[in-house]
Amino acid sequence: MTKRLKFMLKKELLQTLRDPRMRIVILIMPIFQTLIFGYAVTTDVKKVDTAVVDLANTVETRAVTEQFISSGIFIPTYRNSYDEAWYAMDQGDIQAMILFNQQGQMQFVTDGSRGLSAGVTAGYAAAILARGQQSPVTVESRAWYNPLLESRNFYVPGVIAMMVMVVTLILSSMAVVREVEIGTMEQIMVTPMKRWEFIVGKLLPFGTIGMVNVLVVTAVAVFWFNIPLQGSLPLLMLAAVLYLMNTLGMGLLISTVSRTQQQAMLSAFFVIFPAALLSGFAFPIANMPGIIRFFTLFNPMRYMMTILRDIFLKGNGLDILWPNYLAMFILGVTLLTTATLRFKKTG
Amino acid sequence: MSEKSVTVRNLTMSFKEVQAVKGISFEVARGEVFGLVGPDGAGKTTTMRILAAILTPDSGEAQILGLSSATEREKIHDRIAYMSQRFGLYQDLTVEENMEFYADMYGVKRSELKASMDKLLDWSGLTQFRSRPAGKLSGGMKQKLGLACALIHTPELLLLDEPTNGVDPVSRKEFWNLLYKLVDEGLTIIMTTAYLDEAERCHSLAFMDRGKITARGTPEEIVDLIPGGVLKFNSDNPFEESNRITESTEAVSTVFGSQVHVMGNIKEEEIERSIDRKPDIIRSRGSVEDAFVYLSEIETDHG
Repeated sequence: MTKRLKFMLKKELLQTLRDPRMRIVILIMPIFQTLIFGYAVTTDVKKVDTAVVDLANTVETRAVTEQFISSGIFIPTYRNSYDEAWYAMDQGDIQAMILFNQQGQMQFVTDGSRGLSAGVTAGYAAAILARGQQSPVTVESRAWYNPLLESRNFYVPGVIAMMVMVVTLILSSMAVVREVEIGTMEQIMVTPMKRWEFIVGKLLPFGTIGMVNVLVVTAVAVFWFNIPLQGSLPLLMLAAVLYLMNTLGMGLLISTVSRTQQQAMLSAFFVIFPAALLSGFAFPIANMPGIIRFFTLFNPMRYMMTILRDIFLKGNGLDILWPNYLAMFILGVTLLTTATLRFKKTG
Repeated sequence: MSEKSVTVRNLTMSFKEVQAVKGISFEVARGEVFGLVGPDGAGKTTTMRILAAILTPDSGEAQILGLSSATEREKIHDRIAYMSQRFGLYQDLTVEENMEFYADMYGVKRSELKASMDKLLDWSGLTQFRSRPAGKLSGGMKQKLGLACALIHTPELLLLDEPTNGVDPVSRKEFWNLLYKLVDEGLTIIMTTAYLDEAERCHSLAFMDRGKITARGTPEEIVDLIPGGVLKFNSDNPFEESNRITESTEAVSTVFGSQVHVMGNIKEEEIERSIDRKPDIIRSRGSVEDAFVYLSEIETDHG
């Protein structure tokens, strides 16, 4: 490390630690985000208020209703007519209806305006009804790697990829532009400082912040939410380093095309949203149309997302995950090189 | 040639469609204050950035302290200081930390830093503010801190791009006193300015307009470029009378308060004829400001 680089890092550190907003970004924000995703963002349906209208009232219909109640998910309220039940659904008091007509035929209704949970509720209902039927083959399904199918186990590791991109991409894209805006860039250009020293001096601190974020979120995931970390932590950190090459490269690239911090910030969001949507964080890539699936190949977050979930839940190693590491490495080197070359031109 | 600090030959520079600098040449002697004067958009900042070796010209050459600005950038950067229009200070770092940072970037030895920092703080009157964040200084103090940071590595040539832009008159005067002290110590200064009272304080001037240098010399020589000097008279409607003179004669006319200045080989009788009255006309030598108004008007008419 050259002396000048050391001094540049010292200055960046001084500025970062002096800024109270930065301290929040580094420590509080990742914990806050993890808690939100751990507690609030869940596709699990735990409690469904259900209206029961049983116009047949036979032994069989009562037995079916009993099965729903005993699942513990459906909380029944008995109604005397369909109209009454529909009214309750309109009001949003209930999320499902179990209806039997006089002939004892059953209809199960869910509130489709609730999207994701309606589907999950219907799935539960189908499972309960299937159990009641006599069949020559007993079906017992089991979910590997996440036996209780808790969405938290699925989302919280993904938060790492989200957090690191949001924090490092925004910070790095704005930091370089800030020097241009306040005029220090012009002054630094007349010092004997080399360009690479400036770039490394700028990016290294944000890379460090990114790594701290990874560790903080991982700690919260493991010790607070009891999400099992099946795989190796060093492998996770290696992935984080490769991923940071991508986010910092993008940040630097944005800063070479932006003139103000505001432009840089907006451009960063313009990158973050598609990257998150096309990463498989919330929407499975396998369900996307072919052309979109092709675009996801250029999205580093996609690979990070796979690596995170595989390491956390499956405990996979490099023998299986290496293509993801390789893809991130290639994308990262390309982004950093392009950004550095462009950066020279803007000077 | 050792007496020349900077030599510029046929410099040109274009940005996309716009030609900012159209083949300029000048020389700056060691130990003088050289002023590059001209209206906004004349190409002054572009010229300064070429001299600071952060912009490579399309053609022509600039020798800075005997070094080529195109090929010996780093050697130049070690020996010069450049202060851009808004000198970049880190607002959240203190006066001392800003100076330390620039010293570190120039590789000033730690053992020498303390002494030169104390000297510069004392010289600029910032000693009592040494641990104040740069963002909390007044405009004039920021300017002085910028200069102190630029000088921390004891350069031989100081380039100042409109250093007193937006600084109050008292601070401007202080700033000039600081500059003269530097010149006494042997520093060469090249500065751009749009203030013509500042131009008169320079040892040597070049007037730049639309990418070309239209006049060069000492302030006295520049003033002598007005043929026949300046004819001045007081007027109750200075703007109206000034316009009537320019319309009916070949002369250049401009207004200073309630006074009309007329330049360019004109006789008193011609003025009297064009404004239909006989004011008290005084013929005098004129100022640098008169000269620049005259030169830029002539240039507009012929260009």
